[in-house]
Amino acid sequence: MAQVEKDALTGTDTTGHEWDGIKELNTPLPKWWIYTFYACILWAVGYWIAYPAWPTLSGYTKGVLGYSSRGDLDNQMKMVAESRSGWMGKFEAASVEDIAKDKELLTYAMAGGKFIFNENCAPCHGSGGQGAKGYPVLADDDWIWGGKLADIEQTVRLGARGIHEDTRISDMPKYGKDELLETAEIKAVADYVMSLSGQGQASDDGKVIFEENCAACHGEDGKGLQEVGGPNLTDGIWLYDGSAEGVLAQINNPKHGVMPSWEGRLDNASIKQVTVYVHSLGGGM
Amino acid sequence: MKHEIFETNVIVLALAIVVTISIGGLVQIVPLYTMEQTFEKVEGMRPYSPLEQAGRNIYIREGCYTCHSQQIRPFRDEVERYGHYSLAAESMYDHPFQWGSKRTGPDLARVGGKYSNAWHAEHMIDPRAVVPESVMPHYPFLAEKELNFDDASAHLKTLAMVGVPYSEEQIAKAVEDFTVQAQGEDGEGDVDAFLARYPKAAIGDFDGNPEKITELDALISYLQMLGTLVDFTKFKPELARR
Repeated sequence: MAQVEKDALTGTDTTGHEWDGIKELNTPLPKWWIYTFYACILWAVGYWIAYPAWPTLSGYTKGVLGYSSRGDLDNQMKMVAESRSGWMGKFEAASVEDIAKDKELLTYAMAGGKFIFNENCAPCHGSGGQGAKGYPVLADDDWIWGGKLADIEQTVRLGARGIHEDTRISDMPKYGKDELLETAEIKAVADYVMSLSGQGQASDDGKVIFEENCAACHGEDGKGLQEVGGPNLTDGIWLYDGSAEGVLAQINNPKHGVMPSWEGRLDNASIKQVTVYVHSLGGGM
Repeated sequence: MKHEIFETNVIVLALAIVVTISIGGLVQIVPLYTMEQTFEKVEGMRPYSPLEQAGRNIYIREGCYTCHSQQIRPFRDEVERYGHYSLAAESMYDHPFQWGSKRTGPDLARVGGKYSNAWHAEHMIDPRAVVPESVMPHYPFLAEKELNFDDASAHLKTLAMVGVPYSEEQIAKAVEDFTVQAQGEDGEGDVDAFLARYPKAAIGDFDGNPEKITELDALISYLQMLGTLVDFTKFKPELARR
């Protein structure tokens, strides 16, 4: 090693490198920086001891604090459940009718139900229950599977054509596609269906065909049978397309919507809350 | 400090570089050999069916991961909104995983079964038709593009090479299974045998057009299985603390 040369101006050592008369200083790292660096290393060692850190052959070092992010969550959720237990216990015990009658429970159910509705139901039924083509309006009095509290609760639980083993199913036959009726017969019954809501003229044929084929689910008077999920055809409210062509298409090859089954995905208290909320959307009729 | 020793001695410098890089490498590589301990012991996980795998490829191709995560973190707000936090075991057959790091749209880790097939089809074709405030791009071309998956067996075989436990039978019947799942009960295929190979898979026409199997069919079949496989009634959180 050559003699270390000091820079005359700064008093700092030079590296001994020189280019065109310019010498490189060997300035040491600032003291504050170096001590912060050592402190970080020490902190890391402390962290390894306190928290889960190193993988081992059969797992990992758990740390003396026994911290676990999932364990933390479990504890937090337990605390939440405890703080809510007063209310949730009441919801578990009460029937939806009782909840609707109890002013305090109703207020709570409406707030919780709204949150649950917006997260889970609004994508199909709209944020105000206004529905969309193919997704029933919840803010009116026209219910396919019944609009009483217990009916709504059942529909939420089981869904329609969902994965629940007792899910609500109504399967309208494909009168045209499966050739159950002649084209002319379908036309006649479509005209009759239109006439039920006061549109156009229907022939007697149409009425007979309706009574033979459709009345079992839609009722003799076409007002629907909620027990079997047969929609009301007289009120001018249509799930798909209410035009003459739309009705014809639905008789030919019906569309069948699917509502997911929420039992298992939502807990009991949540299902009851959202039921009360949905019931309220149409004014609670 | 005496870093002169590194700067003036090439052998010492080379050794120091080797040591430093080894540490970096070990930190990344050693945990891969302990994956078996990382995966929680759960019931219900299975490899993706060929149709789901095709949908997954489309999910990656369209860059869905840039706006949707597939990882519910163990935080109260996420668990209350999306459901049970994601487990390592739930992405053990993912190559590559789709955890994502950005949520312009919602997390999709448990979207399976949450909406109907018809909703998904409509939503892909025109997101604003069902969710007015959505900013998602529309993907109407998925519904038009017929999906050819003649090389399904090769796909599964490749995945098997990197450790996905596809059986000989699953690989051999991949092309057949692809059609069976998309046609469901309306098709000629043996649905029960398919469901035995891929339990809990959603079957049937997904995009509302039974005439052909489109990319949309595949994508929806994939979305409908997300997060539905693990049987959480048999899951013990105490044993999966991390």
